[in-house]
Amino acid sequence: MHVNGVEMTLEQSVSLQDFLMAQGYDIRTIAVERNEEIVPKADYADIMLQDTDILEVVHFMGGGQETIGGHSNADKTISR
Amino acid sequence: MQTKQYPDDVLMLGGHSFHSRFILGSGKFSLSLIQTVMEYGGSEIATIALRRANADSKENILDFLPKNITLLPNTSGARNAEEAVRIARLSRELGCGDFVKVEVIHDSKYLLPDNEETIKATRQLAKEGFLVLPYMYPDLIAARKLEDAGAAAIMPLGAPIGSNRGLQTKEFIRILIEESKLPVIVDAGIGAPSQACEAMEMGAAAVMANTAVATAGDCAAMATAFRLAIEAGRLAYLSKLGRVLEKGAEASSPLTGFLQD
Repeated sequence: MHVNGVEMTLEQSVSLQDFLMAQGYDIRTIAVERNEEIVPKADYADIMLQDTDILEVVHFMGGGQETIGGHSNADKTISR
Repeated sequence: MQTKQYPDDVLMLGGHSFHSRFILGSGKFSLSLIQTVMEYGGSEIATIALRRANADSKENILDFLPKNITLLPNTSGARNAEEAVRIARLSRELGCGDFVKVEVIHDSKYLLPDNEETIKATRQLAKEGFLVLPYMYPDLIAARKLEDAGAAAIMPLGAPIGSNRGLQTKEFIRILIEESKLPVIVDAGIGAPSQACEAMEMGAAAVMANTAVATAGDCAAMATAFRLAIEAGRLAYLSKLGRVLEKGAEASSPLTGFLQD
């Protein structure tokens, strides 16, 4: 499984909700994409993760006009 | 001392009205400073950015912004229309409303926007019910296409992002103001209140700034200075600037009745 570009091994079957909580994410402030599909918050508890899943877990931060390349945030932008 | 005002003068963006014409970017500030700067700037709209979350980060930017403001998430980090659409959808999922500032940039040296991809993203997002404010290079043809694509306003750059170099694209922004039916919000490069004022005098609908305030010696005072300059520029625009002589001079008092006559 990949989470925000980092490879991890899913040891056992777990719901998206349990996974996020175990990782320490604040569920209220994040949005999740699973295999490029947005997962509505109401579905977090029902979705069982697969070891092949690609997750993007995002939140808001300060931003005006800024972007890729040369910026400190470059490594944090989501990508395919 | 009185201030002449135009109380009915509001900024309309896709059916929403705003009294402030100063849009503030929330980047580059310490979280504790953002609310202060927003208040001193009188801003009703703040841009925010979407990024990958760290599991251990407990601070939420939304807790540090005034509750009554409109959030304008940008699509910074998007290198093409598809990525911009994806980021906009994720932003909406985070529950910040339908506003989105489309930014598509893949030039890492000057951070110039890709108008063509921006138009594509704008069309798709407008179709999905977003209120789209695209960041653009000031090109009239692109502005017309953005209007056609359903943009709620256009956000042409004054100078490269973060440069504080002012209204370098002035003549082309003037053309956009004259020709486009959409509100023109000057975004990027505005480094001083005088430059924001100049844009407003020309008829810009609003000005967006971030770096100019964030890199100032006193951020709160600079936010105030921008607010006043933008109000002054707007008032000057509404009251219609006096004419400019091609050459020569014209006395403002009669040229008769001097003591030596």
